[in-house]
Amino acid sequence: MATAASMMPYFGQQISSKHDMVPDWTNQEVSTGTTIMAVEYDGGVVIGADSRTTTGAYIANRVTDKLTPIHDRIFCCRSGSAADTQAIADVVTYQLGFHSIELDEPPLVETAANLFKASCYRYREELTAGILVAGWDRRRAGQVYCVPIGGMLVRQPVAVGGSGSTYIYGFMDSNYKPGMTKDQCLDLTAQALSLAMERDGSSGGVVRLASISEEGVERRVILGNQLPKLSTQHTHTHTHTHTHTHTHTHKHCSVFWSTLF
Amino acid sequence: MEKRCADTQVKGVSTGTTILAATFDGGVVIGSDSRASMGGEYVSSKTINKVIQVHDQIFCCMAGSLADAQAVIKAAKFHLSFHCVQMETPPLVIAAASILKDLCYKNKDELQAGFITAGWDRKKGPQVYVVSLGGMLISQPVTIGGSGSTYIYGYTDAKYKPNMSRDECLQFATNALSLAMGRDNVSGGVAHLVVITEAGVEHVVIPGNKLPKFHDE
Repeated sequence: MATAASMMPYFGQQISSKHDMVPDWTNQEVSTGTTIMAVEYDGGVVIGADSRTTTGAYIANRVTDKLTPIHDRIFCCRSGSAADTQAIADVVTYQLGFHSIELDEPPLVETAANLFKASCYRYREELTAGILVAGWDRRRAGQVYCVPIGGMLVRQPVAVGGSGSTYIYGFMDSNYKPGMTKDQCLDLTAQALSLAMERDGSSGGVVRLASISEEGVERRVILGNQLPKLSTQHTHTHTHTHTHTHTHTHKHCSVFWSTLF
Repeated sequence: MEKRCADTQVKGVSTGTTILAATFDGGVVIGSDSRASMGGEYVSSKTINKVIQVHDQIFCCMAGSLADAQAVIKAAKFHLSFHCVQMETPPLVIAAASILKDLCYKNKDELQAGFITAGWDRKKGPQVYVVSLGGMLISQPVTIGGSGSTYIYGYTDAKYKPNMSRDECLQFATNALSLAMGRDNVSGGVAHLVVITEAGVEHVVIPGNKLPKFHDE
């Protein structure tokens, strides 16, 4: 096979991954190797995600929106297989919408989280989906629920997920404090996502943020060149041309935002 | 994907450990946790010291297979002291790192060990070198390694600044080890830290209950 294929392309039935005609990534599943994060604050939640979807080494979508609305004040952050998470989110959106009509009032975040858990747990062998459910409701204000692979459900004040999340556990543990304001949460999320995107090959692109409260949902995008700068972005020469801002004061990142709903 | 990050942890065959080294203004801090575990289920030692002295002002931390690392360090210590006798002067940190690199590179098929070498010498002052699994040698101002290091990449990127003071750097290293030990089940125990400056070497051991605590502890 190898000698025959050296001069002429061989269009038989064996176009294997070693053949140069077809790149490796066409055989791979589309995955949101990703970094997602959700933080509760008094009065709502802040959620964030990177924007990269990969098929192997190819970036299928560099401006993905992984923050998916499930209801007016409930969002989910998706990580894992793009197809699986989209399918689950569609199912839960339908179920939650129906439930809300029956109840004749806005649904609880806990209900949405339990619907995710039900699907993720029942079909755990077939699915690869790690989901953060976050939102606001009248009973318990801002809530974040974590539904990782396997289908566990747990409520946490701050949660991260996706392949890039391992790199920011330390940062999150040291920088999150209970009782932060909305702007502090937005800063923390943007900084954490930038750090993860810097280290994880499957995360990158832009940072998408959203804050959900009683008033509604505000969405923002931070483009690549406006991400908070890291203190380790320096060369070995000992001259530093810009001062290193401390983690909480990177107000130089400008944001674009629009209000929905 | 959580699956992918589990793979990257297993692929390097990192010993369950967290090691790090960071330069500051006038010296370098090198440190590690103290847990040796078998397969993540049994802690075979709570208090081993993974920071090994290879010369007066040069220390090494090991990552990977503990047996391989110990054998390599033993050979490196011999080579280094011989080199020191021949040169009639204290060895450079890069000499120690290069010796480790040679051993790792020439025996790359049999070995699975990586090292962080840190020290002070008269020529270049405080330095940190990383010898990775296949035998690459690079110099970095700060570096982390071991299975627990994945959890503190973000923290290190955000918090490390070049030319910190000795106390700031010690606090940074303590925090980083503590955070990693808090998230990695095969890192733990006490924090062993060594501060190396022109004046000499200082060992700092911080027991588990004196490590910094974070918001959910």
